[in-house]
Amino acid sequence: MAAPLLEVRDLNTCFSTYRGQLRAVDGVGLTIERGETLALVGESGCGKSVTALSIMRLIRRPGRIVRGEVLFAGEDLLRKSGGEMRRIRGGRIAMVFQDPLSTLNPTFSVENQIVESLRIHRVARGKEARERSVQLLEAMGIPAARERLRSYPHELSGGMRQRVMLAIAVSCEPELLIADEPTTALDVTLQAQILDLLGQIKEERGLATLLITHDLGIVSQFSDRAAVMYAGQVVEEAPVAELMEDPLHPYTAGLLRCVPRLGRPDVPIRPIEGSVPDMIALPPGCRFAPRCPEVMEHCREAVPPLYDRGGRRMVRCYIYRQRSFRQSGANPTGRPGAC
Amino acid sequence: MLKLLLGNRVAAVAGLVVVAFVMLAILAPILAPYDPNEQHPEAIRAAPFWQADGESRFLLGSDSLGRDLLSRIMYGARISILLGVVVVLLTLLVGTGLGMLAGYFRGAFDAVMSRIVDTLLAFPFLIFALAIMAATGPNLVALVLALAFKGWVDFYRVARADVLAAREADYVTAARGVGASTAHILFSEILPNIVPPLIVLAALRMAIIIIAEASLSFLGIGVPPSIPAWGTMVADGRADIAGAWWIATFPGLAILALVLAVNLFGEGLRDALDPRMRQ
Repeated sequence: MAAPLLEVRDLNTCFSTYRGQLRAVDGVGLTIERGETLALVGESGCGKSVTALSIMRLIRRPGRIVRGEVLFAGEDLLRKSGGEMRRIRGGRIAMVFQDPLSTLNPTFSVENQIVESLRIHRVARGKEARERSVQLLEAMGIPAARERLRSYPHELSGGMRQRVMLAIAVSCEPELLIADEPTTALDVTLQAQILDLLGQIKEERGLATLLITHDLGIVSQFSDRAAVMYAGQVVEEAPVAELMEDPLHPYTAGLLRCVPRLGRPDVPIRPIEGSVPDMIALPPGCRFAPRCPEVMEHCREAVPPLYDRGGRRMVRCYIYRQRSFRQSGANPTGRPGAC
Repeated sequence: MLKLLLGNRVAAVAGLVVVAFVMLAILAPILAPYDPNEQHPEAIRAAPFWQADGESRFLLGSDSLGRDLLSRIMYGARISILLGVVVVLLTLLVGTGLGMLAGYFRGAFDAVMSRIVDTLLAFPFLIFALAIMAATGPNLVALVLALAFKGWVDFYRVARADVLAAREADYVTAARGVGASTAHILFSEILPNIVPPLIVLAALRMAIIIIAEASLSFLGIGVPPSIPAWGTMVADGRADIAGAWWIATFPGLAILALVLAVNLFGEGLRDALDPRMRQ
């Protein structure tokens, strides 16, 4: 098997705050094969977006990447120079953000913003860039694309803006697309349209995608595999169907119980008790222990490692200590991050 | 934007007055009936034409050396507007440049610059300019520097604050996400978003600079005496205010009209650029 397109190993990103070090991303490991979609799932503040920004090296003070490797096509992005990184951003890895209104610059027309990206990466310029922009907008399903070029962001609808963002993202034909909650700011019908479009782009261009979301419905429809994050760590990783059918980690199981089942009113919706731990003063053991229905004595003492269950399934939970093949993945010992 | 500005009647009129003054300044050599420094010993302190003893060839009268007041006011507009534009441009460029760097990069540069700015803010502007000019005597280069010495501080503070806000905007992260360089982000992404308040500030600063220049000239330490300036003219007419009121009054009215127009225009600009005013 060829090397994966993206392999993140033992990534640690910390933020210095007045109260102390905040370990936003703690020993995260991920792999994405070419053409594959990996969903990164978790609730707000669990470190999904910081993971994405770390991969792109877009973390700014007071945050910093403390340790880890981000292997993209075999090369460690954390060792690249600023100039090399700029060529990769937008060129080989593109990113789409949550709110397309604030990510488009209000002072420029749609054309300017697409052409800018083409120009930065020397893909096209002048008239050619303009034609490319029209093609891209058409490919994103924007009607009357040529007229839309002259529009400013505030003149477009939410769905339209996200289509423009996608046009910019794919303009330089990246190999990897990082979509950070691309549909969260949109209403439900638009969500479906944008997801369809994302699927179509992925299909046509063979794009690998890291999809960040908190919506389990999107995960099951759209991705091949999913990694569940909790309090800065990946707690479970599995192919989507298996994850949905047979969640291993109590947190994943809890998340799935929070989702209403269509046509199954008999299945009760049960929220997870308690709340997310304080990221600066984390509990010594498993981070989910204070909320876990199946918590054991040992869970409160040491952070569990990631156990490899075979079939590309990993889980960070002591329940599987006896029944696993081996410890594997990033941060196998569960040693605390290096802040 | 232009529509909004013209829709505001006060600002539109103020704009027209400003344009009129600029035209007057530019076209002074053509429009002025006399050379501003030409003396007419036979017509000293001639009254304006509508006075009973007025002379029709000096429309606004003449001064104590028999120089035509109208011509001198036209030429005086040149130095006022020129100094205003030069000083405001200089302070705009310096202040905005430093402010953007401090706001974007923060760190030691920002800390040091901001302390310097705080210190400068403690100086009274006019008294400071007065001290510089008193030391150097009336000369144009010193005048520009004295007027610009503190003026950049206002642009620095506005630019820095707006860049501080803009650098956290999602479109900046997105621009970095498509591989834009720092220079590109500063000048092509952030700058266009912070220009409107700077334009408004420039207009309002212009009024302040014109007043300051007139004040220094009035005290005889601003524009060199060989160049006709409104402040100098008011000072010249001061002694004759009882007998020949027009010598001090007309240049004074010119200062009043130009400063008022620039100020009202600046305020109109501010309203027109304010997104809350857009419907």
